[in-house]
Amino acid sequence: MSLWRQIIRGVRALTNRASSDRNVTDEVDDYVENARDAHMARGLSSTEALRAARIEIGGVTAVQEQVRQYGWENSIETILADVRYAVRRFRSNPGFTIVTVLTLAIGIGASTAIFSAVNPILFQSLPYPNANRITTISDVGSDGAPLDLTYGTYLELAQRSHSFDAMAAVNIWRPTIVGNADPERLAGERVGSNYFRVLGISPMLGRNFTSSDDVAGGPRVIILSNALWHRRFSADRRIIGRTVKLDDDSYVVIGVMPPTYENVLSPLVQIWAPLQYSAVFGPDSREWGHHLSMIARMRSGVSLSQARSELNSIARTPRTDFPRVPWASLGSGLQLRSLQDDATGGARPVLLAILGAVILVLLIACANVTNLLLASGARRQGEFAMRAALGARRGRLSQQLLTESLLLAIVGGALGMVVAEIGVRALIALSPATLPRIGAIRLDAVVFMFGLAVTTLIGLAVGVVPALRASRAEMNLGVQQASRRTTGANQFTREALVVGEVALALVLLVGAGLLLRSITDLLSVNVGFDPSHVVTMQVNESGRRFQVDSASEDSARYNFFAEALQAVQRVPGVTSAAFTSQLPLSGDFAGYGVHFEDDASTYATGSALEYSVTPSYFATMRIRLRHGRLLDAQDRDGAPRAALISESFAKNRFPHRDPIGQRFDFGPPDGQRYTIVGVVGDVKQSSLADAETNAIYVTPTQWHWVENPMSLVVRSNGNAAALVPTIRSAIRSVDRNQPIMRVVTMDDLVDKSVADRHFALILFEAFGLVALVLAAVGIYGVLSSGVTEKVREIGIRVALGASPSSILGLVLGQGMRLTVIGIVVGLGTAAVATKAITSMLFGVSRLDVVTYLAVVVALSAVAVIACSVPAWRAARLDPNTALRAE
Amino acid sequence: MQDPNTDVIQGTLDMLILKTLSLQPLHGYGIARRIEQISRGTFKVNPGSLLTALQRLERSGSLDAEWKQTENSRRAKFYSLTRAGRKQLGVETEDWTRRATAVARLLKADG
Repeated sequence: MSLWRQIIRGVRALTNRASSDRNVTDEVDDYVENARDAHMARGLSSTEALRAARIEIGGVTAVQEQVRQYGWENSIETILADVRYAVRRFRSNPGFTIVTVLTLAIGIGASTAIFSAVNPILFQSLPYPNANRITTISDVGSDGAPLDLTYGTYLELAQRSHSFDAMAAVNIWRPTIVGNADPERLAGERVGSNYFRVLGISPMLGRNFTSSDDVAGGPRVIILSNALWHRRFSADRRIIGRTVKLDDDSYVVIGVMPPTYENVLSPLVQIWAPLQYSAVFGPDSREWGHHLSMIARMRSGVSLSQARSELNSIARTPRTDFPRVPWASLGSGLQLRSLQDDATGGARPVLLAILGAVILVLLIACANVTNLLLASGARRQGEFAMRAALGARRGRLSQQLLTESLLLAIVGGALGMVVAEIGVRALIALSPATLPRIGAIRLDAVVFMFGLAVTTLIGLAVGVVPALRASRAEMNLGVQQASRRTTGANQFTREALVVGEVALALVLLVGAGLLLRSITDLLSVNVGFDPSHVVTMQVNESGRRFQVDSASEDSARYNFFAEALQAVQRVPGVTSAAFTSQLPLSGDFAGYGVHFEDDASTYATGSALEYSVTPSYFATMRIRLRHGRLLDAQDRDGAPRAALISESFAKNRFPHRDPIGQRFDFGPPDGQRYTIVGVVGDVKQSSLADAETNAIYVTPTQWHWVENPMSLVVRSNGNAAALVPTIRSAIRSVDRNQPIMRVVTMDDLVDKSVADRHFALILFEAFGLVALVLAAVGIYGVLSSGVTEKVREIGIRVALGASPSSILGLVLGQGMRLTVIGIVVGLGTAAVATKAITSMLFGVSRLDVVTYLAVVVALSAVAVIACSVPAWRAARLDPNTALRAE
Repeated sequence: MQDPNTDVIQGTLDMLILKTLSLQPLHGYGIARRIEQISRGTFKVNPGSLLTALQRLERSGSLDAEWKQTENSRRAKFYSLTRAGRKQLGVETEDWTRRATAVARLLKADG
């Protein structure tokens, strides 16, 4: 009630200022006249009575003022007055205002955008209940690298370990969905029945998998992702219990995941089915193949290191009731990682480097704003001294400064919000496919407020101090001189800030330069094939229409690929075409154990990438034959098995011998050995930066099974991408139900393989540029206000005969001195700070002299330009005007 | 010899105003005079403080104010006690009596 009254009265007073003023005047007047009447009643004359009344009341105006100050609306009045004054000042000082506001906006905007992107990946916990208890477990190869798990190992761990509440094995699954819409190949997973229990998420519709679903020959049931349910089944809630056709089989939908469920490890997966491996199996079965990943939820109270040591002690102590095969003996132990590490660990170094870069930008922005406010505070010493002399209290002056800084911060912050919004969108658009949790990136309000607060507070602190100093001790001095001269300490601070800005800008530019050189070097790496004029697409043979057993399944499959290839080769403009089971730089990666005839051990000790390729593959990709012969049409099912090996494999395995004619087992041993018939050039499979990997090429019919899907590679004599529609229809003419995916030119794949470095490079370049501009503005600002403050000194010098060129030199020299100190400091810092991006560099040392030199030259050039404007102004000063200026 | 201190005891001005107005509605000057008279000149009220206090009490709902035309056609503001004001006066009186008695007792105590 009384608060309401306060507000109403205040608003009424505000909206009707004149009437509320008159009320106060009237009441005080009435008081005075009553007093006068009382004195007259005691016999004083009218004049004497008035005098007495006035003495009694002690200053009519003072009382009026005192009464008027009551009420919250009056502090608003003062604030509004301050705001009006600040706006007037900013408008009469547009240069200062625009630069400050833009600097704030860029600093705050950029750091908010970056932090918003980095936060869910580096700092937030994953979107699962008690996510810190979720782990991934993998086998470890003899070389110490993590290896996919076998089902045998999974079973042993599930029964022997006690550190976990739930575990689930996961296999990749790529079913093709057919129906009224186009056939589509889905990203899916076959999972243990506990999969969603490990993550702690239940379906939103229907039910979870149960252990009775996950048995060999169990029911064909699926759970759909929310996105797939919306896209393919128009979010029909009656979907549960309905049948869906996948690869010619009927599956029953038993559940739909909630929209909030985010699949962190494999974001593209849209469909899940039970794993359904058999519990009893021999050593040659798929259950002993290294192809599963595994997630597990630790019991509450169990630490990562406890769980890790339990797993390793299980690995060290085999038990007879859990027989192991030689290639899954767990001899190198097991690897346990938190899900967070597993999902985001790969992106961590790049993101940390980018975070570091944006912090440098924020620091430079802070330094710049500080500098601008310092200069402006110093220029206003006279004004504040005058106001203090006229009776303004210190609190009142600070309130004015506070208002001004906050106003700058609000405008800068609002603009910064726009920058951040644009920045976040650009980041998502630019981000490489390897960036995890991209769906969780959104503008982070907390970070935004933090950036705004930091920048404002620093600016505020340094802006207020000089002005207050002026209002206090040096008040008299200030008024007497009416001077805009800064104190020595102030000037030193500003110069130090500029030095800092130059140094930080240099660090950023060196980072950008090193990344640029790395990418140039990477792209000039010999990939081992000729990517130009080649378009590729993945073709999937789905369905088993004709077959009764696996042999006829294979031949039906092979027939489809062979017919499709012939159809494509007939397309006009196609010079050659081939199928391969693995496409370089596409993310494909499949290897098998190799056991040479002359190996001492009885099982495979090495491994190699396996390429099932049609013979025309080498001509299409232009992979060089080094030795021996290529594969040809004679190398088909039934003929002696022939294989090509990669050049570096040949050098490593047979350093002093001819590899031709050597024989080996490859993949599951079946008594039929491969004979090496030729050696071909090395090809980069997983990334341009990787060392060479062992590779073996065989024809599709001489491999143990016909691989599916296969990648079609097509070389054309012109623009390969333009042929895609004709190639598609050629394949459809063979079978219209086979989905075609991942249509991409080989050139694009090469570019994409440097995507994360490119991402970092773009950001470093952008930040480097911003830093360069801010540093230039900083140098310009300090010199420019220096010239203004020294107008009198320069005037005297000119009057005494100094030439314009010597004045020019004086100012330029001052600016370049700061720049050089900044560069020296920056070089030292960069030499240390570039450690943060070492993992992203390729073919260039982090102390690369060329990069450092180029950056120093560029930075100096910009500094000279920034210095020359105020220097030029100083040199053209007319001594007459200069000496009369103050 | 010094003049006796005629300042109103800090924190009691509101109570004195409320008490004065509980007898009859008055304008600002009337309140000041009445406090002086009843206290036999012990307290002299500062007009600035008085008018500010009246504003505050009016805002907080303890007083009602009414503008009246006086006989020589001036505008005068008359204050009167509201029910909330009466209640506040009760609370403040009780509080003051309790404290004043305590002080008096302390001062009387010997040894």
